[in-house]
Amino acid sequence: MKSLEELKAIREKMQGSVALRSEDSDQTRVVVGMATCGIASGARPVLNTLAEAVAEKKLDKVVVTQTGCIGLCQYEPIVEVYEPGKEKVTYVKMTPDKALEVVNRHLNGGSPIKEYTLNSTTL
Amino acid sequence: MYRSHVLVCGGTGCTSSGSQKIMETLRTEIAKAGLDKEVSVVQTGCHGLCALGPIMIVYPEAVFYSMVKDEDIPEIVSEHLVKGRVVKRLVYEETVTDEGIKSLADTDFYKKQHRIALRNCGVINPENIDEYIGTRGYEALGKVLTSMTPEEVIQVILDSGLRGRGGAGFPTGRKWQLARNLVQDGGQKYVCCNADEGDPGAFMDRSVLEGDPHAVLEAMAIAGYAIGASQGYIYVRAEYPIAVQRLNIAIGQAREYGLLGKDIFGTGFDFDIELRLGAGAFVCGEETALMTSIEGNRGEPRPRPPFPAVKGLFERPTILNNVETYANVAQIILNGAEWFASMGTEKSKGTKVFALGGKIKNTGLVEVPMGTTLREIVEEIGGGIPNGKKFKAAQTGGPSGGCIPAEHLDVPIDYDNLIAIGSMMGSGGLIVMDEDNCMVDIAKFFLEFTVDESCGKCTPCRIGTKRLYEMLDKITKGQGTLEDLDKMEELCYYIKDNALCGLGQTAPNPVLSTLRYFRDEYIAHVVDKKCPAGVCKNLLTFTIDKEKCIGCGMCAKQCPGNAISKTDYIAPGKKLPAMAIDPAKCVKCGACMATCKFKAISKK
Repeated sequence: MKSLEELKAIREKMQGSVALRSEDSDQTRVVVGMATCGIASGARPVLNTLAEAVAEKKLDKVVVTQTGCIGLCQYEPIVEVYEPGKEKVTYVKMTPDKALEVVNRHLNGGSPIKEYTLNSTTL
Repeated sequence: MYRSHVLVCGGTGCTSSGSQKIMETLRTEIAKAGLDKEVSVVQTGCHGLCALGPIMIVYPEAVFYSMVKDEDIPEIVSEHLVKGRVVKRLVYEETVTDEGIKSLADTDFYKKQHRIALRNCGVINPENIDEYIGTRGYEALGKVLTSMTPEEVIQVILDSGLRGRGGAGFPTGRKWQLARNLVQDGGQKYVCCNADEGDPGAFMDRSVLEGDPHAVLEAMAIAGYAIGASQGYIYVRAEYPIAVQRLNIAIGQAREYGLLGKDIFGTGFDFDIELRLGAGAFVCGEETALMTSIEGNRGEPRPRPPFPAVKGLFERPTILNNVETYANVAQIILNGAEWFASMGTEKSKGTKVFALGGKIKNTGLVEVPMGTTLREIVEEIGGGIPNGKKFKAAQTGGPSGGCIPAEHLDVPIDYDNLIAIGSMMGSGGLIVMDEDNCMVDIAKFFLEFTVDESCGKCTPCRIGTKRLYEMLDKITKGQGTLEDLDKMEELCYYIKDNALCGLGQTAPNPVLSTLRYFRDEYIAHVVDKKCPAGVCKNLLTFTIDKEKCIGCGMCAKQCPGNAISKTDYIAPGKKLPAMAIDPAKCVKCGACMATCKFKAISKK
């Protein structure tokens, strides 16, 4: 290594993974339901897509984590987004493609995708 | 890319309670569950809460599992990592609340802490230089080499008010300034790191080396640039195998990246570091003895002046700083002198790491701003004294320090306040004592240590500490006189004034401070021939309460001296005759008392 740029490159590469270990209160939490029902309907690829896309976009205020059964098993995979000071947004019947959209439009762009949410689904 | 990190403590404490095995099982179970591409297992340094080891934290949720057992791992993997359900019964109980899992930073143990020297300990993998760089590692070195003059670096350290964390508290910037300016012949200078942590009960330097070795390497390179040195030495105890191993890995990685060696960052600055292992002599933590030992000679101190800044290692200008001091340097460069100086008290800036030990609930490593009171450390962070006992004293500074009694619990801790109340900061060992500790016995313990560790070069230390020890021994055996107390005090001052190095000059401190605050205990030993805390064996008598004794005879079976036999008295309501102890045969081992289920035996 002969320059500060090289150092910076390594730092940026590592930042995403080290930032995962911080405990900020102003973080946005993206929670994926990962009980048996969620896993069976394909929550794992959704979770991994979310985690990868968030890291790729360097959204260091966003953490992707998992939870157990939310209770709406027929709508799994479910993804909940908790933004500080805002109402929870619940996405249902998620796929990796939809997850990518959520990262781009909601987490990065700031506007929730209404048509994927629980509210727009007829229960 | 991993979505979750499982951090397992690989510090010495958790390693000895089995964390290596836990990591192995974790990796196997994670692979079995098919999660090895999603969840990574990271070995870190010390988290501080050693009492609860082995420690494991799952991120991003930051769930803190304590006292993890190997057999719990399959459950944690299948429940938490696969299904996202926290295994509450295995989580550190203070973080479990009705609303869910509380953040670790909000627990009593961490709430009042401010981690600068320990900021990466327990957070990064110390064996991976990339993780250190990911937390702004080596950025400070880059900054000083490319945009600051050595004088500017020294000025920042001076302005920050950083003082030596090894014990004496000499201003670090001043030390660097002397080494830069005093000898101007362009010859070799040296940067040394004192990692010869020898105080009984102190382990903060070990934890920094194990948890964040690159922080020390980076700071030494910065110091090298500041004083104009191209060679550094770390003198570390051979008894710290994990620290030595991680330092070696860290030095290797830094060289590979060109962060140590020739022409660092293409600036023409050369700096390299070598390790020197100490063989475990306490005196080698004294700076002149340490340098003599690095030179390959027997570790003995020499008179100062000349100070190391003028004539140190190989008779060349040398700076020697403690591990914890170095651990602050890169942060000061990055965040500025004002940031550091905004913490602490008027004359002691920043934070201090303490190793909490003794009679305290949360044994471990804490870092608090200077000026925090002993009460906050002991009662809030440390969780108080176990078993409802009363606080009696805290010992700081190891064999060089003294005991702080309950009346001084509210003194803000900094270098000057501790000296004013007869102790010293020392390297940061903090041993808490309760009413069951005998202060004369404590003084004797530390004196026995210094007698063992005195190098023998100067008479006041070699013979003086031995005589002090003998007098203390006499007192604990009930053979002391009041005159001995006065003689002892006089001898203490004589040793302090005349010993060659810091070891001897501070060795009488445990005696002086206990004499100052607990003279009544000395007098109880001398005049009443009693040990109020019930520690000094020769002053104790074990007796059996014949009304409580059911005559089971268990005590007699345990007694190694056949001192217990049956009497012909049967207490009302009991079926067998009571036992009695023959004081002439009793060796006062306490085995009978420990075995009696009926609390019929007492010592006085």
